Amino acid sequence: MRMLSRDQVVSAVRNLCLEAARYLPADVLARMEKYAHAEKNFRGRAILEQCIENARIAAEKKLPICQDTGFAVLFVEMGTACCLDEGSVEEACQEGVRRGYTEGYLRKSIVHDPLFDRVNTNDNTPAVIHLRSVPGKSLRIVLAPKGGGSENMSRTAMLKPADGVEGVRDFVFRTVVEAGGNPCPPTIVGVGLGGTLEQCCLMAKKSLLRPVGTPHEDPRYARLEQELLEQINSSGVGPQGLGGRTTALAVHITPYPCHIAQLPVAVNLNCHAARHAEVTL
Amino acid sequence: MKHISLSAPLYTGTIRSLSAGDQVVLQGDIYTARDAAHKRLCELLATGKELPLDLRNQVIYYVGPTPAKPGAVIGSAGPTTSYRMDPYAPELISRCGLAAMIGKGDRSDAVVDAMKTHGAVYFAAVGGAAALISQSIVAAEIVAYPDLGPEAIRKLTLRDMPLIVAIDSQGKSLYT
Repeated sequence: MRMLSRDQVVSAVRNLCLEAARYLPADVLARMEKYAHAEKNFRGRAILEQCIENARIAAEKKLPICQDTGFAVLFVEMGTACCLDEGSVEEACQEGVRRGYTEGYLRKSIVHDPLFDRVNTNDNTPAVIHLRSVPGKSLRIVLAPKGGGSENMSRTAMLKPADGVEGVRDFVFRTVVEAGGNPCPPTIVGVGLGGTLEQCCLMAKKSLLRPVGTPHEDPRYARLEQELLEQINSSGVGPQGLGGRTTALAVHITPYPCHIAQLPVAVNLNCHAARHAEVTL
Repeated sequence: MKHISLSAPLYTGTIRSLSAGDQVVLQGDIYTARDAAHKRLCELLATGKELPLDLRNQVIYYVGPTPAKPGAVIGSAGPTTSYRMDPYAPELISRCGLAAMIGKGDRSDAVVDAMKTHGAVYFAAVGGAAALISQSIVAAEIVAYPDLGPEAIRKLTLRDMPLIVAIDSQGKSLYT
């Protein structure tokens, strides 16, 4: 059994908060540069160039890429052969988020109660933590801060099995087009298919973590991703919803086994500031 | 591409001369307000009380900045999604004389109608370009509702903030 110190976990999560807020992942930046070169709409191209320049300034001046430094979402894989010297891994992650957001001058965007008591918790906790047990001695933590604007445009539907590929295609396309400029396009379109209602949404969110534009390993899903991306980018929504071809940078689909009676589909949109950072202890 | 240089506050003649698609750089003093601040302002209006600031000919920027690091004027400060302010904006335009709004994304028909009737304009800033935009903010001070944290009303002094006229005072829009 490998013993990890709680302090080590707290400090790792704190640093992830800062890293994710300030540095746009290289795959996202490369994809945006590729699309900026290809964008024919002058306004769309100017907007993409501003996004690229913004990422450069943020990294250089150690400033958050976006003022909405998000809801801290953590995907934690805990090896069965490792444990913490004190407390739980969840508690250590919450403390890491608290320190990252307060010490790092990140915006605190979480309120105590969604309906009656919308008072800021002032440290961006609680985080949302998805904890999985995996074989091995390592603790892997992926932090994906999620902005409110793009999350608000996410949708889920419980389709009928008879709706099939066309039903899925239609729902994903409509969700992206109806979202228009609100989720800060160009977006990454995460699609969950199958599972139960909540599993489907989780798959959609996890799809956002895949390196941008890497096709699904099943050629049928890879083809559907490519067709959807082309359809979405022909819609005319464009960067910031102000016209052009670059509405999405990628469509990532993650399927999961499902019940014979069901075909759940969830679309989780990520803005162009597709932030995430990870560490393995 | 020509950039029109404007200075806030903004007056009717200037606003009526702007067309959807115009690229603008804005100077001068503007105010920030987002969801919770709008709710409070409209509650004051509904009960006939005085607002903590005079909005006539002023510009409101929908933003909740990150906290300023020591020695900095402000943190990152990109626009938040505007549609959440749609239930409040027509009142501020028609009753308080609000001249312009800065945000991202499309507006409701009620907002566009109020803009047409009273001569207001809606600017889009690039959502997510918060580090870049922060470079054009030279001063910031809280003027109301400090308890709202990132949602407090701030006065910002701008130098060359890059904007696009997304919906003009004739109701012409870049959103399709």
